[in-house]
Amino acid sequence: MKNGGRDVYMVSGGVTKFTKSNPGMDFRLRTKHAFDYALKDIDISVKDIDGSVASYFSDHFQRQLMSGIMAQDYLALTPKPSKRVEGGGATGGLAFQTGVEEVASGRMDVCAVYGFETMSHVNTWKGNEFIALASDTNFDYPVGGFYTGYYAMMAVRHMHEFGTTLEQLAKVSVKNHGNALHNPYSQSPMKITVEDVRNSQMVSYPLTRLDVCTMSDGAAVAILASEEKAFEMCDHPVKISGIGTGTDTMRLSDRPFLKVPLLPNEKESDYKNLQYPGVHSFRAGRSAALEAYKNAGITDPLEELDLIELHDAYTSSEIQTYEDLGLCKYGEGGAFIDEGKSNLNGKVAVNPSGGLLASGHPVGATGIMQSVFMFWQLQHSIKKHFKDDTLQVKNAKKGLIHSHAGTGTYVTVSIMEAVQ
Amino acid sequence: MTIDYNAKMPETQEGTEVYNTDPLIVKSHYEIDYIHSYAQDSEFFRALGKKKLMGSKCEECGYVYATPRGHCMICGAETKWHELPNEGKIHTFTTCYFGSEKFLPETPFNLIMVEFEGVDSLFMARLIGASLEDIKIGMKVKAKFKRNLTYSPTDVYFVPAKE
Ligand SMILES: [Zn+2]
Repeated sequence: MKNGGRDVYMVSGGVTKFTKSNPGMDFRLRTKHAFDYALKDIDISVKDIDGSVASYFSDHFQRQLMSGIMAQDYLALTPKPSKRVEGGGATGGLAFQTGVEEVASGRMDVCAVYGFETMSHVNTWKGNEFIALASDTNFDYPVGGFYTGYYAMMAVRHMHEFGTTLEQLAKVSVKNHGNALHNPYSQSPMKITVEDVRNSQMVSYPLTRLDVCTMSDGAAVAILASEEKAFEMCDHPVKISGIGTGTDTMRLSDRPFLKVPLLPNEKESDYKNLQYPGVHSFRAGRSAALEAYKNAGITDPLEELDLIELHDAYTSSEIQTYEDLGLCKYGEGGAFIDEGKSNLNGKVAVNPSGGLLASGHPVGATGIMQSVFMFWQLQHSIKKHFKDDTLQVKNAKKGLIHSHAGTGTYVTVSIMEAVQ
Repeated sequence: MTIDYNAKMPETQEGTEVYNTDPLIVKSHYEIDYIHSYAQDSEFFRALGKKKLMGSKCEECGYVYATPRGHCMICGAETKWHELPNEGKIHTFTTCYFGSEKFLPETPFNLIMVEFEGVDSLFMARLIGASLEDIKIGMKVKAKFKRNLTYSPTDVYFVPAKE
Protein backbone atom coordinates (compact mmCIF):
# COMPACT_ATOMS: atom_id res chain seq x y z
CA MET A 1 0.00 0.00 0.00
CA LYS A 2 1.40 3.39 -0.99
CA ASN A 3 0.15 4.85 2.30
CA GLY A 4 3.19 3.07 3.70
CA GLY A 5 3.82 -0.12 5.62
CA ARG A 6 2.66 -3.64 4.85
CA ASP A 7 -0.22 -4.56 2.56
CA VAL A 8 -3.48 -5.03 4.45
CA TYR A 9 -6.44 -7.24 3.57
CA MET A 10 -9.95 -7.65 4.86
CA VAL A 11 -10.62 -11.33 5.55
CA SER A 12 -14.07 -11.39 7.12
CA GLY A 13 -16.98 -9.33 8.36
CA GLY A 14 -20.25 -9.48 10.25
CA VAL A 15 -23.22 -7.15 10.74
CA THR A 16 -26.33 -7.31 12.93
CA LYS A 17 -29.65 -6.36 11.46
CA PHE A 18 -30.03 -2.64 12.10
CA THR A 19 -33.28 -1.74 13.86
CA LYS A 20 -34.86 1.33 15.40
CA SER A 21 -34.81 -0.38 18.77
CA ASN A 22 -33.62 -3.78 19.85
CA PRO A 23 -33.77 -3.77 23.65
CA GLY A 24 -33.36 -7.54 23.87
CA MET A 25 -29.63 -7.16 23.26
CA ASP A 26 -27.16 -4.61 24.55
CA PHE A 27 -24.19 -3.30 22.54
CA ARG A 28 -21.92 -6.07 23.83
CA LEU A 29 -24.19 -8.89 22.73
CA ARG A 30 -24.87 -7.27 19.36
CA THR A 31 -21.14 -6.84 18.78
CA LYS A 32 -20.58 -10.43 19.89
CA HIS A 33 -23.08 -11.67 17.29
CA ALA A 34 -21.39 -9.72 14.49
CA PHE A 35 -17.95 -10.85 15.71
CA ASP A 36 -18.90 -14.53 15.93
CA TYR A 37 -20.42 -14.37 12.44
CA ALA A 38 -17.13 -12.98 11.10
CA LEU A 39 -15.02 -15.60 12.90
CA LYS A 40 -17.24 -18.45 11.78
CA ASP A 41 -17.32 -17.32 8.17
CA ILE A 42 -13.61 -18.11 7.75
CA ASP A 43 -13.45 -20.69 10.51
CA ILE A 44 -11.03 -18.88 12.80
CA SER A 45 -11.22 -18.37 16.55
CA VAL A 46 -10.76 -15.47 18.91
CA LYS A 47 -7.23 -16.82 19.55
CA ASP A 48 -6.29 -15.75 16.01
CA ILE A 49 -7.02 -12.08 16.76
CA ASP A 50 -4.00 -10.02 17.87
CA GLY A 51 -5.87 -6.91 18.97
CA SER A 52 -8.73 -4.60 18.16
CA VAL A 53 -10.10 -1.13 17.54
CA ALA A 54 -13.39 -0.07 19.14
CA SER A 55 -15.67 2.26 17.17
CA TYR A 56 -18.52 4.11 18.86
CA PHE A 57 -19.58 7.74 18.77
CA SER A 58 -21.49 8.93 21.77
CA ASP A 59 -21.16 8.39 25.48
CA HIS A 60 -24.45 10.26 25.92
CA PHE A 61 -26.69 7.74 24.21
CA GLN A 62 -26.19 5.02 26.81
CA ARG A 63 -24.66 7.08 29.62
CA GLN A 64 -22.04 4.39 29.76
CA LEU A 65 -18.47 5.53 29.50
CA MET A 66 -15.72 3.07 28.46
CA SER A 67 -18.15 0.99 26.42
CA GLY A 68 -15.14 -0.04 24.35
CA ILE A 69 -13.52 -2.06 27.10
CA MET A 70 -16.88 -3.67 27.91
CA ALA A 71 -17.11 -4.93 24.33
CA GLN A 72 -13.45 -5.98 24.43
CA ASP A 73 -13.94 -8.17 27.50
CA TYR A 74 -17.30 -9.51 26.30
CA LEU A 75 -15.61 -10.65 23.07
CA ALA A 76 -12.92 -12.48 25.11
CA LEU A 77 -10.26 -10.17 23.68
CA THR A 78 -8.74 -9.01 26.97
CA PRO A 79 -5.79 -8.59 27.67
CA LYS A 80 -4.95 -7.92 24.00
CA PRO A 81 -4.23 -4.37 22.78
CA SER A 82 -7.18 -2.17 21.90
CA LYS A 83 -8.18 1.47 21.68
CA ARG A 84 -11.27 3.51 21.00
CA VAL A 85 -11.43 5.77 17.97
CA GLU A 86 -14.09 8.49 17.74
CA GLY A 87 -14.90 11.14 15.15
CA GLY A 88 -18.66 11.77 14.97
CA GLY A 89 -20.40 10.21 11.98
CA ALA A 90 -17.02 9.18 10.54
CA THR A 91 -16.17 7.12 13.63
CA GLY A 92 -16.56 3.83 11.74
CA GLY A 93 -14.41 4.93 8.80
CA LEU A 94 -11.72 6.29 11.10
CA ALA A 95 -11.71 3.10 13.19
CA PHE A 96 -11.49 0.97 10.04
CA GLN A 97 -8.47 2.97 8.91
CA THR A 98 -6.91 2.67 12.38
CA GLY A 99 -7.27 -1.10 12.04
CA VAL A 100 -5.52 -0.87 8.65
CA GLU A 101 -2.71 1.10 10.30
CA GLU A 102 -2.37 -1.47 13.11
CA VAL A 103 -1.70 -4.18 10.51
CA ALA A 104 0.28 -2.01 8.07
CA SER A 105 2.64 -0.97 10.87
CA GLY A 106 3.38 -4.59 11.70
CA ARG A 107 2.07 -4.24 15.23
CA MET A 108 -0.70 -6.75 14.58
CA ASP A 109 -1.09 -9.53 12.01
CA VAL A 110 -4.83 -9.81 12.57
CA CYS A 111 -6.94 -6.92 13.86
CA ALA A 112 -10.67 -6.90 14.64
CA VAL A 113 -12.42 -3.56 14.17
CA TYR A 114 -15.75 -3.57 15.96
CA GLY A 115 -18.34 -0.80 15.89
CA PHE A 116 -21.64 -0.32 17.68
CA GLU A 117 -24.19 2.25 18.74
CA THR A 118 -27.36 1.94 20.78
CA MET A 119 -29.45 5.01 20.06
CA SER A 120 -32.80 3.73 21.34
CA HIS A 121 -32.15 4.55 25.00
CA VAL A 122 -33.40 8.08 24.35
CA ASN A 123 -36.23 9.41 22.19
CA THR A 124 -35.50 10.65 18.67
CA TRP A 125 -35.52 14.35 19.57
CA LYS A 126 -33.29 13.88 22.59
CA GLY A 127 -31.05 11.84 20.28
CA ASN A 128 -30.94 14.78 17.89
CA GLU A 129 -29.94 16.99 20.80
CA PHE A 130 -27.04 14.67 21.66
CA ILE A 131 -25.93 14.67 18.03
CA ALA A 132 -26.22 18.48 17.91
CA LEU A 133 -23.82 18.67 20.84
CA ALA A 134 -21.30 17.66 18.17
CA SER A 135 -21.47 21.26 16.95
CA ASP A 136 -19.85 24.32 18.56
CA THR A 137 -21.67 24.73 21.89
CA ASN A 138 -20.75 28.43 22.10
CA PHE A 139 -22.05 29.56 18.72
CA ASP A 140 -23.98 26.85 16.86
CA TYR A 141 -25.79 24.51 19.24
CA PRO A 142 -27.63 27.26 21.21
CA VAL A 143 -29.00 28.88 18.02
CA GLY A 144 -31.16 25.84 17.37
CA GLY A 145 -28.71 22.97 17.27
CA PHE A 146 -30.08 20.44 14.82
CA TYR A 147 -27.93 18.62 12.31
CA THR A 148 -30.72 18.23 9.76
CA GLY A 149 -30.99 22.03 9.85
CA TYR A 150 -27.26 22.45 9.17
CA TYR A 151 -27.35 20.01 6.24
CA ALA A 152 -30.54 21.64 4.96
CA MET A 153 -28.71 24.98 4.75
CA MET A 154 -25.92 23.27 2.81
CA ALA A 155 -28.48 21.69 0.47
CA VAL A 156 -30.19 25.06 -0.12
CA ARG A 157 -26.85 26.59 -1.07
CA HIS A 158 -26.04 23.64 -3.36
CA MET A 159 -29.40 24.17 -5.08
CA HIS A 160 -28.65 27.89 -5.44
CA GLU A 161 -25.11 27.38 -6.70
CA PHE A 162 -25.76 24.53 -9.14
CA GLY A 163 -29.50 24.32 -9.77
CA THR A 164 -29.88 21.00 -7.96
CA THR A 165 -33.60 20.20 -7.62
CA LEU A 166 -35.86 18.75 -4.92
CA GLU A 167 -36.67 15.87 -7.30
CA GLN A 168 -32.99 15.03 -7.68
CA LEU A 169 -32.64 14.83 -3.89
CA ALA A 170 -35.74 12.63 -3.73
CA LYS A 171 -34.37 10.27 -6.38
CA VAL A 172 -31.51 9.36 -4.04
CA SER A 173 -34.05 8.33 -1.42
CA VAL A 174 -36.04 6.28 -3.93
CA LYS A 175 -32.88 4.49 -5.14
CA ASN A 176 -31.42 3.71 -1.72
CA HIS A 177 -34.66 2.63 -0.03
CA GLY A 178 -35.37 0.50 -3.11
CA ASN A 179 -31.97 -1.21 -3.07
CA ALA A 180 -32.53 -2.09 0.59
CA LEU A 181 -35.54 -4.24 -0.35
CA HIS A 182 -32.97 -6.95 -1.11
CA ASN A 183 -30.74 -6.36 1.91
CA PRO A 184 -31.98 -8.42 4.86
CA TYR A 185 -29.78 -6.41 7.27
CA SER A 186 -31.41 -3.08 6.40
CA GLN A 187 -33.67 -1.13 8.71
CA SER A 188 -35.99 0.65 6.28
CA PRO A 189 -36.43 -1.10 2.92
CA MET A 190 -39.13 0.75 0.98
CA LYS A 191 -40.57 0.90 -2.47
CA ILE A 192 -41.31 4.61 -2.78
CA THR A 193 -41.66 7.32 -5.41
CA VAL A 194 -40.30 10.85 -5.74
CA GLU A 195 -43.80 12.08 -4.78
CA ASP A 196 -43.73 9.99 -1.59
CA VAL A 197 -40.46 11.63 -0.60
CA ARG A 198 -41.67 15.15 -1.31
CA ASN A 199 -45.03 14.54 0.39
CA SER A 200 -43.43 13.11 3.49
CA GLN A 201 -43.26 15.38 6.57
CA MET A 202 -40.90 18.33 6.20
CA VAL A 203 -38.09 18.18 8.78
CA SER A 204 -35.91 21.13 7.68
CA TYR A 205 -36.57 22.64 4.29
CA PRO A 206 -35.81 21.11 1.78
CA LEU A 207 -35.25 17.81 3.64
CA THR A 208 -38.27 15.64 4.43
CA ARG A 209 -38.38 12.58 6.66
CA LEU A 210 -37.50 10.40 3.67
CA ASP A 211 -34.46 12.56 2.86
CA VAL A 212 -32.99 11.84 6.30
CA CYS A 213 -31.63 8.63 7.87
CA THR A 214 -33.05 7.37 11.16
CA MET A 215 -31.75 6.46 14.62
CA SER A 216 -30.59 2.90 14.86
CA ASP A 217 -29.32 0.09 17.09
CA GLY A 218 -26.64 -2.05 15.52
CA ALA A 219 -23.12 -3.46 15.42
CA ALA A 220 -20.62 -4.44 12.74
CA VAL A 221 -17.21 -6.11 12.69
CA ALA A 222 -14.38 -6.13 10.12
CA ILE A 223 -11.39 -8.43 10.42
CA LEU A 224 -8.18 -7.18 8.82
CA ALA A 225 -4.98 -9.13 8.27
CA SER A 226 -1.47 -9.01 6.84
CA GLU A 227 -0.91 -10.59 3.42
CA GLU A 228 0.53 -13.78 4.83
CA LYS A 229 -2.28 -14.29 7.35
CA ALA A 230 -4.95 -13.18 4.88
CA PHE A 231 -4.18 -15.90 2.34
CA GLU A 232 -3.81 -18.46 5.11
CA MET A 233 -7.20 -17.63 6.62
CA CYS A 234 -9.35 -16.71 3.67
CA ASP A 235 -9.92 -17.96 0.11
CA HIS A 236 -10.93 -14.53 -1.21
CA PRO A 237 -9.35 -11.76 0.83
CA VAL A 238 -9.94 -8.18 -0.30
CA LYS A 239 -7.03 -5.75 -0.43
CA ILE A 240 -7.20 -2.28 1.11
CA SER A 241 -5.29 -0.49 -1.63
CA GLY A 242 -5.42 3.05 -0.30
CA ILE A 243 -6.84 5.16 2.48
CA GLY A 244 -7.45 8.90 2.77
CA THR A 245 -8.77 11.21 5.47
CA GLY A 246 -9.82 14.84 5.25
CA THR A 247 -10.91 17.39 7.83
CA ASP A 248 -12.71 20.71 7.88
CA THR A 249 -13.73 23.35 10.42
CA MET A 250 -16.29 22.42 13.06
CA ARG A 251 -18.35 25.50 12.32
CA LEU A 252 -20.03 25.74 8.94
CA SER A 253 -19.62 29.50 9.27
CA ASP A 254 -15.81 29.14 9.15
CA ARG A 255 -15.68 27.28 5.83
CA PRO A 256 -13.53 29.32 3.45
CA PHE A 257 -14.15 30.41 -0.15
CA LEU A 258 -11.14 29.17 -2.09
CA LYS A 259 -10.31 27.13 -5.19
CA VAL A 260 -11.23 23.49 -5.75
CA PRO A 261 -8.37 21.06 -5.00
CA LEU A 262 -8.30 19.29 -8.38
CA LEU A 263 -8.40 15.57 -9.06
CA PRO A 264 -6.31 14.20 -11.96
CA ASN A 265 -9.43 14.19 -14.18
CA GLU A 266 -10.23 17.90 -13.57
CA LYS A 267 -8.85 21.22 -14.86
CA GLU A 268 -8.74 24.64 -13.22
CA SER A 269 -10.93 25.99 -16.05
CA ASP A 270 -13.73 23.63 -14.94
CA TYR A 271 -14.32 25.85 -11.92
CA LYS A 272 -13.58 29.41 -13.02
CA ASN A 273 -16.25 31.08 -10.91
CA LEU A 274 -16.67 28.59 -8.10
CA GLN A 275 -15.79 29.64 -4.56
CA TYR A 276 -14.94 26.49 -2.66
CA PRO A 277 -16.04 24.81 -0.48
CA GLY A 278 -18.29 27.51 0.97
CA VAL A 279 -21.20 25.67 2.55
CA HIS A 280 -22.23 23.83 -0.63
CA SER A 281 -19.50 21.17 -0.68
CA PHE A 282 -17.49 18.98 1.65
CA ARG A 283 -13.82 19.91 1.31
CA ALA A 284 -12.86 17.08 3.68
CA GLY A 285 -14.50 14.61 1.28
CA ARG A 286 -12.41 15.96 -1.57
CA SER A 287 -9.19 15.84 0.53
CA ALA A 288 -9.93 12.26 1.61
CA ALA A 289 -10.53 11.22 -2.01
CA LEU A 290 -7.34 12.92 -3.20
CA GLU A 291 -5.23 11.04 -0.65
CA ALA A 292 -6.94 7.69 -1.19
CA TYR A 293 -6.82 7.92 -5.01
CA LYS A 294 -3.15 8.84 -4.95
CA ASN A 295 -2.33 5.85 -2.78
CA ALA A 296 -4.51 3.43 -4.73
CA GLY A 297 -3.29 4.78 -8.09
CA ILE A 298 -6.74 5.92 -9.23
CA THR A 299 -6.78 8.70 -11.84
CA ASP A 300 -10.30 8.36 -13.24
CA PRO A 301 -12.64 7.31 -10.42
CA LEU A 302 -15.79 6.94 -12.52
CA GLU A 303 -14.04 4.57 -14.93
CA GLU A 304 -12.03 2.68 -12.33
CA LEU A 305 -14.53 2.17 -9.50
CA ASP A 306 -17.24 -0.47 -9.84
CA LEU A 307 -19.23 0.41 -6.74
CA ILE A 308 -19.35 2.78 -3.78
CA GLU A 309 -20.84 2.71 -0.30
CA LEU A 310 -21.02 6.34 0.80
CA HIS A 311 -22.34 8.27 3.78
CA ASP A 312 -25.86 9.33 2.72
CA ALA A 313 -27.17 10.49 6.10
CA TYR A 314 -29.09 12.96 3.92
CA THR A 315 -30.05 12.62 0.25
CA SER A 316 -28.30 15.93 -0.40
CA SER A 317 -25.06 14.52 1.04
CA GLU A 318 -25.05 11.74 -1.53
CA ILE A 319 -25.30 14.24 -4.39
CA GLN A 320 -22.64 16.48 -2.84
CA THR A 321 -20.41 13.42 -2.36
CA TYR A 322 -20.62 12.32 -6.03
CA GLU A 323 -18.86 15.61 -6.74
CA ASP A 324 -16.33 15.43 -3.88
CA LEU A 325 -15.32 11.96 -5.09
CA GLY A 326 -14.95 13.23 -8.66
CA LEU A 327 -17.55 10.87 -10.14
CA CYS A 328 -18.73 14.02 -11.92
CA LYS A 329 -17.73 17.67 -11.83
CA TYR A 330 -18.92 20.00 -9.06
CA GLY A 331 -22.41 21.06 -10.02
CA GLU A 332 -23.22 17.88 -11.93
CA GLY A 333 -24.31 15.76 -8.96
CA GLY A 334 -27.99 16.33 -9.67
CA ALA A 335 -27.63 15.25 -13.30
CA PHE A 336 -25.64 12.21 -12.13
CA ILE A 337 -28.66 10.81 -10.27
CA ASP A 338 -31.05 11.93 -13.05
CA GLU A 339 -29.04 9.93 -15.59
CA GLY A 340 -29.18 6.84 -13.39
CA LYS A 341 -25.40 6.60 -13.23
CA SER A 342 -25.47 5.62 -9.53
CA ASN A 343 -28.20 2.99 -9.93
CA LEU A 344 -27.52 -0.64 -9.11
CA ASN A 345 -26.92 -1.32 -12.79
CA GLY A 346 -25.61 2.15 -13.58
CA LYS A 347 -22.09 3.30 -14.41
CA VAL A 348 -21.03 2.95 -10.75
CA ALA A 349 -23.46 1.47 -8.23
CA VAL A 350 -23.71 3.85 -5.28
CA ASN A 351 -25.08 2.47 -2.03
CA PRO A 352 -26.28 -0.85 -3.42
CA SER A 353 -26.88 -1.86 0.22
CA GLY A 354 -29.37 0.96 0.68
CA GLY A 355 -26.85 3.26 2.36
CA LEU A 356 -27.50 4.94 5.68
CA LEU A 357 -30.89 6.18 4.48
CA ALA A 358 -32.27 2.65 4.30
CA SER A 359 -29.77 0.38 6.07
CA GLY A 360 -29.77 2.57 9.17
CA HIS A 361 -27.08 4.63 10.91
CA PRO A 362 -26.02 3.27 14.32
CA VAL A 363 -23.14 5.73 14.16
CA GLY A 364 -20.14 3.71 15.39
CA ALA A 365 -21.22 0.65 13.38
CA THR A 366 -22.01 2.48 10.15
CA GLY A 367 -18.55 2.85 8.62
CA ILE A 368 -17.72 -0.76 9.52
CA MET A 369 -21.05 -1.92 8.04
CA GLN A 370 -20.02 -0.26 4.75
CA SER A 371 -16.74 -2.19 4.77
CA VAL A 372 -18.55 -5.47 5.37
CA PHE A 373 -21.06 -4.95 2.55
CA MET A 374 -18.19 -3.86 0.27
CA PHE A 375 -16.14 -6.89 1.28
CA TRP A 376 -19.00 -9.26 0.41
CA GLN A 377 -19.56 -7.45 -2.90
CA LEU A 378 -15.88 -7.77 -3.89
CA GLN A 379 -15.84 -11.42 -2.78
CA HIS A 380 -18.98 -11.97 -4.85
CA SER A 381 -20.54 -13.54 -1.76
CA ILE A 382 -23.64 -11.29 -1.48
CA LYS A 383 -25.88 -14.26 -2.27
CA LYS A 384 -24.38 -16.28 0.57
CA HIS A 385 -24.81 -13.51 3.14
CA PHE A 386 -28.05 -11.85 1.92
CA LYS A 387 -29.71 -15.11 0.71
CA ASP A 388 -30.52 -13.07 -2.41
CA ASP A 389 -28.12 -12.00 -5.15
CA THR A 390 -30.14 -9.11 -6.59
CA LEU A 391 -27.71 -6.59 -5.12
CA GLN A 392 -24.54 -8.37 -6.24
CA VAL A 393 -22.78 -5.88 -8.52
CA LYS A 394 -21.64 -7.81 -11.59
CA ASN A 395 -17.87 -7.75 -12.15
CA ALA A 396 -17.33 -5.89 -8.85
CA LYS A 397 -13.53 -5.61 -8.58
CA LYS A 398 -12.75 -2.22 -7.10
CA GLY A 399 -14.86 -0.35 -4.56
CA LEU A 400 -14.78 2.76 -2.41
CA ILE A 401 -16.17 3.23 1.09
CA HIS A 402 -16.77 6.72 2.44
CA SER A 403 -17.51 7.74 6.03
CA HIS A 404 -18.43 11.30 7.04
CA ALA A 405 -18.85 13.31 10.25
CA GLY A 406 -20.98 16.37 11.04
CA THR A 407 -21.26 18.78 8.06
CA GLY A 408 -18.07 17.23 6.65
CA THR A 409 -15.67 17.76 9.56
CA TYR A 410 -13.96 14.36 9.25
CA VAL A 411 -14.28 12.32 6.08
CA THR A 412 -12.59 9.02 5.27
CA VAL A 413 -12.25 7.30 1.92
CA SER A 414 -10.88 3.76 1.67
CA ILE A 415 -10.34 1.83 -1.57
CA MET A 416 -10.90 -1.93 -1.52
CA GLU A 417 -9.93 -4.34 -4.30
CA ALA A 418 -10.64 -7.96 -5.12
CA VAL A 419 -7.36 -9.80 -5.63
CA GLN A 420 -8.49 -13.12 -7.07
CA MET B 1 -18.10 -5.29 68.55
CA THR B 2 -19.26 -4.15 65.10
CA ILE B 3 -20.60 -7.35 63.62
CA ASP B 4 -24.40 -7.38 63.40
CA TYR B 5 -25.81 -10.63 62.05
CA ASN B 6 -29.26 -9.05 61.70
CA ALA B 7 -28.14 -6.01 59.70
CA LYS B 8 -30.86 -4.79 57.32
CA MET B 9 -30.99 -2.09 54.65
CA PRO B 10 -33.78 0.40 55.25
CA GLU B 11 -36.68 -0.01 52.78
CA THR B 12 -37.71 3.00 50.68
CA GLN B 13 -40.76 3.75 48.55
CA GLU B 14 -38.56 5.10 45.76
CA GLY B 15 -39.51 2.34 43.31
CA THR B 16 -38.60 2.44 39.64
CA GLU B 17 -40.62 3.30 36.59
CA VAL B 18 -40.79 0.17 34.45
CA TYR B 19 -41.60 0.29 30.75
CA ASN B 20 -41.35 -3.40 29.99
CA THR B 21 -40.52 -6.59 31.85
CA ASP B 22 -39.06 -8.78 29.08
CA PRO B 23 -36.51 -7.51 28.49
CA LEU B 24 -36.62 -5.44 31.66
CA ILE B 25 -36.62 -1.76 30.66
CA VAL B 26 -36.57 0.89 33.38
CA LYS B 27 -36.41 4.66 33.51
CA SER B 28 -32.99 6.11 34.29
CA HIS B 29 -33.05 9.84 35.06
CA TYR B 30 -30.12 12.17 34.36
CA GLU B 31 -29.85 15.90 34.82
CA ILE B 32 -26.91 18.23 35.19
CA ASP B 33 -26.01 21.92 35.31
CA TYR B 34 -22.73 22.78 33.66
CA ILE B 35 -20.52 25.69 34.65
CA HIS B 36 -19.93 26.71 31.04
CA SER B 37 -17.17 29.24 30.48
CA TYR B 38 -17.13 31.18 27.22
CA ALA B 39 -13.44 31.74 27.94
CA GLN B 40 -11.73 33.57 25.05
CA ASP B 41 -15.10 34.01 23.31
CA SER B 42 -16.57 35.95 26.29
CA GLU B 43 -16.32 39.42 24.71
CA PHE B 44 -18.72 38.42 21.92
CA PHE B 45 -21.49 37.71 24.44
CA ARG B 46 -20.82 40.82 26.53
CA ALA B 47 -20.84 43.01 23.40
CA LEU B 48 -24.35 41.83 22.45
CA GLY B 49 -25.58 43.80 25.48
CA LYS B 50 -24.12 46.92 23.84
CA LYS B 51 -25.88 46.01 20.58
CA LYS B 52 -22.59 45.21 18.95
CA LEU B 53 -21.80 42.19 16.83
CA MET B 54 -18.15 41.30 17.32
CA GLY B 55 -16.19 39.13 14.93
CA SER B 56 -12.46 38.80 14.79
CA LYS B 57 -9.66 39.87 12.51
CA CYS B 58 -6.28 38.32 11.94
CA GLU B 59 -3.75 41.11 11.63
CA GLU B 60 -1.16 38.63 10.43
CA CYS B 61 -2.95 37.50 7.24
CA GLY B 62 -5.89 39.91 7.12
CA TYR B 63 -8.65 37.27 7.36
CA VAL B 64 -11.85 38.61 8.93
CA TYR B 65 -14.19 36.26 10.78
CA ALA B 66 -17.90 36.89 11.25
CA THR B 67 -18.02 34.21 13.94
CA PRO B 68 -15.20 35.11 16.29
CA ARG B 69 -12.27 32.84 17.06
CA GLY B 70 -9.26 33.49 19.24
CA HIS B 71 -6.75 32.25 16.71
CA CYS B 72 -6.75 32.34 12.93
CA MET B 73 -7.62 29.09 11.12
CA ILE B 74 -5.46 30.12 8.15
CA CYS B 75 -2.18 31.13 9.77
CA GLY B 76 -2.56 30.33 13.47
CA ALA B 77 -1.95 33.90 14.69
CA GLU B 78 -3.92 35.41 17.56
CA THR B 79 -6.87 37.47 16.31
CA LYS B 80 -8.16 40.88 17.41
CA TRP B 81 -11.82 41.71 18.11
CA HIS B 82 -13.45 43.34 15.10
CA GLU B 83 -16.89 44.97 15.01
CA LEU B 84 -19.17 43.74 12.24
CA PRO B 85 -21.71 45.77 10.28
CA ASN B 86 -25.29 45.53 11.55
CA GLU B 87 -26.59 44.56 8.13
CA GLY B 88 -25.72 41.65 5.92
CA LYS B 89 -27.18 39.27 3.35
CA ILE B 90 -28.58 35.78 3.57
CA HIS B 91 -25.99 33.30 2.28
CA THR B 92 -28.24 30.30 2.89
CA PHE B 93 -31.26 29.38 5.01
CA THR B 94 -33.65 26.70 6.22
CA THR B 95 -36.82 26.43 8.24
CA CYS B 96 -36.74 23.73 10.93
CA TYR B 97 -40.09 22.05 11.60
CA PHE B 98 -38.46 19.60 14.01
CA GLY B 99 -35.38 19.98 16.14
CA SER B 100 -33.45 18.83 19.14
CA GLU B 101 -35.68 18.26 22.16
CA LYS B 102 -34.50 21.52 23.71
CA PHE B 103 -35.66 23.53 20.70
CA LEU B 104 -38.80 21.55 19.74
CA PRO B 105 -41.13 24.04 21.47
CA GLU B 106 -39.68 26.81 19.28
CA THR B 107 -40.39 25.08 15.95
CA PRO B 108 -40.88 26.09 13.24
CA PHE B 109 -37.92 28.46 13.25
CA ASN B 110 -35.66 29.84 10.53
CA LEU B 111 -31.90 29.39 10.54
CA ILE B 112 -29.78 31.55 8.28
CA MET B 113 -26.10 32.02 7.54
CA VAL B 114 -25.28 35.69 7.14
CA GLU B 115 -22.57 37.15 4.93
CA PHE B 116 -21.24 40.67 5.63
CA GLU B 117 -19.50 43.09 3.29
CA GLY B 118 -15.74 42.92 3.77
CA VAL B 119 -15.92 39.85 6.01
CA ASP B 120 -14.48 36.51 4.90
CA SER B 121 -16.62 34.08 6.91
CA LEU B 122 -20.27 33.65 7.85
CA PHE B 123 -22.47 33.90 10.95
CA MET B 124 -25.30 31.53 11.88
CA ALA B 125 -28.43 32.99 13.45
CA ARG B 126 -32.20 32.88 13.71
CA LEU B 127 -34.29 34.95 11.30
CA ILE B 128 -37.73 36.19 12.34
CA GLY B 129 -40.25 38.32 10.52
CA ALA B 130 -40.23 36.19 7.37
CA SER B 131 -41.63 32.77 6.56
CA LEU B 132 -40.05 30.15 4.31
CA GLU B 133 -41.75 31.46 1.13
CA ASP B 134 -40.34 34.94 1.76
CA ILE B 135 -36.75 33.98 2.44
CA LYS B 136 -34.31 34.26 -0.46
CA ILE B 137 -30.56 33.94 -0.80
CA GLY B 138 -29.11 37.44 -1.14
CA MET B 139 -31.92 39.04 0.88
CA LYS B 140 -30.80 41.94 3.11
CA VAL B 141 -31.10 41.31 6.85
CA LYS B 142 -30.45 43.41 9.91
CA ALA B 143 -29.20 42.38 13.35
CA LYS B 144 -31.45 43.01 16.35
CA PHE B 145 -30.48 42.54 19.96
CA LYS B 146 -32.44 41.36 22.97
CA ARG B 147 -32.76 43.82 25.81
CA ASN B 148 -32.77 41.16 28.50
CA LEU B 149 -29.66 39.15 27.84
CA THR B 150 -29.44 35.40 28.23
CA TYR B 151 -25.76 35.34 27.29
CA SER B 152 -26.50 32.99 24.43
CA PRO B 153 -25.78 33.63 20.73
CA THR B 154 -29.56 34.05 20.36
CA ASP B 155 -29.23 37.43 22.10
CA VAL B 156 -28.70 38.57 18.52
CA TYR B 157 -31.18 37.64 15.80
CA PHE B 158 -31.96 38.94 12.34
CA VAL B 159 -34.98 40.47 10.64
CA PRO B 160 -35.50 41.38 6.97
CA ALA B 161 -34.02 44.81 6.12
CA LYS B 162 -35.44 47.23 3.59
CA GLU B 163 -33.44 47.30 0.32
ZN1 LIG C 1 -4.31 34.66 9.86
